[in-house]
Amino acid sequence: MRTRYACLREACLVLTALAVIPAPAPRAAEPLHVFAAASLTEAFQRIAAAYEARHPEREVVLNLAGSQQLAAQIEHGAPADVFASADQRWMDDLVAKGLVAGTPRIFVRNQLVVVVPRGGRVARLDDLARPRVKVVLAADAVPVGRYSRQVLEKMGGDPAFGHAFGERVLANVVSEEESVKAVRAKVQLGEADAGIVYGSDVTAAARTSVRTIAIPALLNVVARYPLARLRAARDAAAADAFVDLVVSPEGQAILAEHGFLPGPPP
Amino acid sequence: MTVRARRRRGERLLGLAWLTATALFLALLILPVAGLLLRVPPADLLRRMADPLVLQALWLSLTTSLAATAAVAVLGLPLAYALATRQFAGKRALEALVDLPMVLPPTVAGVGLLLAFGRQGLVGPALAVAGISIPFTSVAVVLAQMFVAGPFFVNAARAGFEAVDPALVRAAATLRATPGYAFRRVQLPLSRPALLAGAAMTWARALGEFGATITFAGNLPGRTQTMPLAVYIALQTDLEAAVALSVILLVVSFGLLVALRAVPRGARP
Repeated sequence: MRTRYACLREACLVLTALAVIPAPAPRAAEPLHVFAAASLTEAFQRIAAAYEARHPEREVVLNLAGSQQLAAQIEHGAPADVFASADQRWMDDLVAKGLVAGTPRIFVRNQLVVVVPRGGRVARLDDLARPRVKVVLAADAVPVGRYSRQVLEKMGGDPAFGHAFGERVLANVVSEEESVKAVRAKVQLGEADAGIVYGSDVTAAARTSVRTIAIPALLNVVARYPLARLRAARDAAAADAFVDLVVSPEGQAILAEHGFLPGPPP
Repeated sequence: MTVRARRRRGERLLGLAWLTATALFLALLILPVAGLLLRVPPADLLRRMADPLVLQALWLSLTTSLAATAAVAVLGLPLAYALATRQFAGKRALEALVDLPMVLPPTVAGVGLLLAFGRQGLVGPALAVAGISIPFTSVAVVLAQMFVAGPFFVNAARAGFEAVDPALVRAAATLRATPGYAFRRVQLPLSRPALLAGAAMTWARALGEFGATITFAGNLPGRTQTMPLAVYIALQTDLEAAVALSVILLVVSFGLLVALRAVPRGARP
């Protein structure tokens, strides 16, 4: 039978275990909260590290999710200092609601590519419309999902693919994923025969399991990423310093390494 | 102050603490539900209910969650019985295994299901030979719900079997009842309230399942988009629609849970 003391001993063990887990060292300044589109994950992790190297007193906390989710969080009062969106729609939304300080600037551009598992059934763009090919797209509410549908529409207007091409590909869609990373994961796991993602999502790690098929520039959609400090930022100077770092040659070089196209010249 | 008066005062204070605790806990349950209910005008709710996409998601949610509950009840009952009545090597490990889905983040459960039943998973290629492909189908939705909600039934059923007085089973045996007959006529009826409660919990958890479903089964309206997925996708564009869908799910689930509890006493053992 378990005695009261046995319970007490277990409780002590759990408490000791909790005490042993080291708590993060405190920093001098308030952390900087950067809300960034999921597609910026790897690049912004490096930019955040570069920022912390320059400002050791300040920690950068990245909140990475779909731009639409981030915009909703900011709208409902989440503590955010900087917002980097994958779609002008959500930034415009926040501007209209008076939550953005100053004018957002386009800091980077991104193009769509088709990703397929290595050794899979899809070798060329035409194959996307073949019967029983499993295609995953992001949901229409996600920016990349909307761009993907625009590309398919453009392909339908191109005689090389034929006008029913877009509809045939859409009929092959087996899932409308909630983020671009979920689309990539389904292709990486080999569950889907093809997916449409940003060029920046085909990272070095992803390239071991997936292959890229380029979409001709004429049919492609270029996503423009706006960046801005938010009105609610607690330390405007610190937030501006982060924005400046992203648009600086150093920040742009990091973004280019991760498959992004440079933003238009200011 | 007499001893009796002091004792009476102590009783009153305890009663007050009791009431306060209950009120605080109920407030935590009621306030979010009230927040959702008060946000949507009833007319708006009816209009959304008529939306084919909503009906589709609601129907899919109800059918898959009921199928998952039935499957868990059939497949989980023998295991629950064994755990309640037998001692064997590795029982502790088996108990931990049964509880595992409750602590696993559902998204991880979804990845695990893909790595098991997916095209490149452990048993996926063998299934593919037989022409069966599970991911992105309604079957995947049911499997995800079974995985995540199964422990609720097994644990409840086990507790039910454990509560049956062994003397009754022995008495049945002395009356020359075979073990199978005793199980059907003694243990099963006596544990019925526990089995029903376990099935209700499993069904409720399956109905709310999100993470494992969107990871393993994907999100396609009509085939794998259950109500929780529809709510999540709606939340990305239209908060009002998401709240309305949640309220519909809430009302339907609440109604079914109340109906389950209202099973007439006479129908129970």
